[in-house]
Amino acid sequence: MHKEAAIREPLILGHKSYHDITEDVCRPIEDKAPKMWYILFGIAAIIGLYGVGCILYLLGTGVGVWGLNKTIGWAWDITNFVWWVGIGHAGTLISAVLLLFRQKWRMAINRSAEAMTIFAVFMAGLFPLIHMGRLWLGYWVLPLPNQFGSLWVNFNSPLLWDVFAISTYLSVSLVFWYIGLIPDFATIRDRAKKPVAKKMYSILSFGWSGRAKQWNRFELISLVLAGLATPLVFSVHSIVSFDFATSVIPGWHTTIFPPYFVAGAVFSGFAMVQTLMLVMRKAMGLEAYIHTKHVEYMNIVIMVTGSIVGTAYITELFVSWYSGVEYEAYAFINRASGPYWWAYWSMMTCNVLSPQLMWIKKLRTSLIFTFIISIVVNIGMWFERYVIIVTSLHRDYLPSSWSMHFPTHIDIGVYVGTIGLFFVFFLLFARFFPVLPLNEVKTILKSSGESYKNAPDAHHGDDKH
Amino acid sequence: MAEKVFYAMYDDDDILKDGAKHLVSKGVKVSEVFSPFPIHGIDPIIGLKNTRLGIMAFIYGLTGLLLATIGMRYFMVTDWPMNIGGKPNETYIDNMLAFVPITFEFTVLCAAHGMAITYMLRNKTLPGMPAYNPDPRTTDDRFVIEIRTSENSKFSVEELNGILKETGIVELDQKEI
Repeated sequence: MHKEAAIREPLILGHKSYHDITEDVCRPIEDKAPKMWYILFGIAAIIGLYGVGCILYLLGTGVGVWGLNKTIGWAWDITNFVWWVGIGHAGTLISAVLLLFRQKWRMAINRSAEAMTIFAVFMAGLFPLIHMGRLWLGYWVLPLPNQFGSLWVNFNSPLLWDVFAISTYLSVSLVFWYIGLIPDFATIRDRAKKPVAKKMYSILSFGWSGRAKQWNRFELISLVLAGLATPLVFSVHSIVSFDFATSVIPGWHTTIFPPYFVAGAVFSGFAMVQTLMLVMRKAMGLEAYIHTKHVEYMNIVIMVTGSIVGTAYITELFVSWYSGVEYEAYAFINRASGPYWWAYWSMMTCNVLSPQLMWIKKLRTSLIFTFIISIVVNIGMWFERYVIIVTSLHRDYLPSSWSMHFPTHIDIGVYVGTIGLFFVFFLLFARFFPVLPLNEVKTILKSSGESYKNAPDAHHGDDKH
Repeated sequence: MAEKVFYAMYDDDDILKDGAKHLVSKGVKVSEVFSPFPIHGIDPIIGLKNTRLGIMAFIYGLTGLLLATIGMRYFMVTDWPMNIGGKPNETYIDNMLAFVPITFEFTVLCAAHGMAITYMLRNKTLPGMPAYNPDPRTTDDRFVIEIRTSENSKFSVEELNGILKETGIVELDQKEI
């Protein structure tokens, strides 16, 4: 077993045994749900249903119910799409990239971060589908033989790349997440007392027995899937950025978009993980597993990616001047001082200034401060997409067609509705699924558990020959 | 001949590993280990070969790469060449750069799903499959070594019992099948 320096802070606090870990993670699933869960679920469900209502109204009436016009053909819909996809980047990053880097702290958060990823990508996927107007023709994006002559989808279009990227990302994340869940479902199955729960979890656990060979395969598939998912994470948001970068609109036609979007996605994804995790650890009594150190690590990621995003903003500004292209320069002057100045400066404050506060150790280890910043960051990242999309479109080459975008209540309803639906899914997950990869956490107990680390002559496996 | 199966239970993964080493050094064949989490280093001790799933993943990925290349060549070059912005696409190579993203995504898609399906089939973990762990505690905090008399015909039941008891077990269970 890998031995860890005593100076490194423990990842599991207190005197936990293997059985304690099982107990701590399974208790919230086996106990009755607290009243608060029902209240939150009720609120989320009502908001989600309102969103579904708005979507149905839109499908029945037409995309015209959004505040779009001839100049601004993309606004909240694509903003929300990119925002949700961005949020959906943290989970796989945590479970794949951090697995390759052998970061043990990921184990406390990877399960719920991945769940969050999957639900966020669901929400993201809704927007392009709704935007089609005729949702039932959504399958036309697939290269299927058809009766329109031999007309295929356009493989040269970034929008089609997006279809492949998002669907690959969603399905691979789902598989990765579920493979990790199987052994944990087996634990819950073997503990379940009620017959219905036992039946449900034995179906979900696929008959996992924990044989040595199964674990051997498990370890390898986790590693290979992580290796596959790592370039996938980076490719997905790069491809999302191609939707803009390959067009010739000033403000969009930028080569730095792919890395800039990926950094932004990680930035907002980690912020969303913080928001959820800080509430969840308290509500479910998981303070021993997700503690200040984990929060600090995540804050450092937020700080680094936030700085990359900030650098990208400033590079963009510089290049718009240095390129000498007056349309490009105007797009950026207009962003900062035009009618959407408030969106631009909200973005700048939330995304460039706020993460810099994380340099101060006292602030990045403060849970309340982290919670506030995590929400500020996601507001900022929403504005970033709004600024990029709407301010680049609203004043084009022809001043007579300059326009403004005003969201209708359907725009707002659909957006808020997806937040509701997201929380409906997440609350169901927290209620019925093991929120920590409890069996993987057991593997780090002896190397990173507080009671083992500080024991004077702890027995450390392979030291004995 | 009735076969006897021993289930020796341990409460620590390191003790089980030492126990397995001891058993193997005495010439006992360990037929299975059940544990709640992967015990690193147990596979070579009990003589388990490393899985070849990785090779399969590579083959699935290659299949995806090939399918994507053949597919896009057919759709965009052979069947219905499109003239997009005057960019030439008479040959695959002219247009190859635009096909890189989907080729990559499809490769990953095939590799990941192919591997996951193979993993499920080889593990015999599919929806509705029964579980075979001998004790419900082996998915919590207990570790079990399984020994079969048919694979250890040179030892008597008593001898096996004796060797197992030397390895720091917490429980010993015998079953006849």
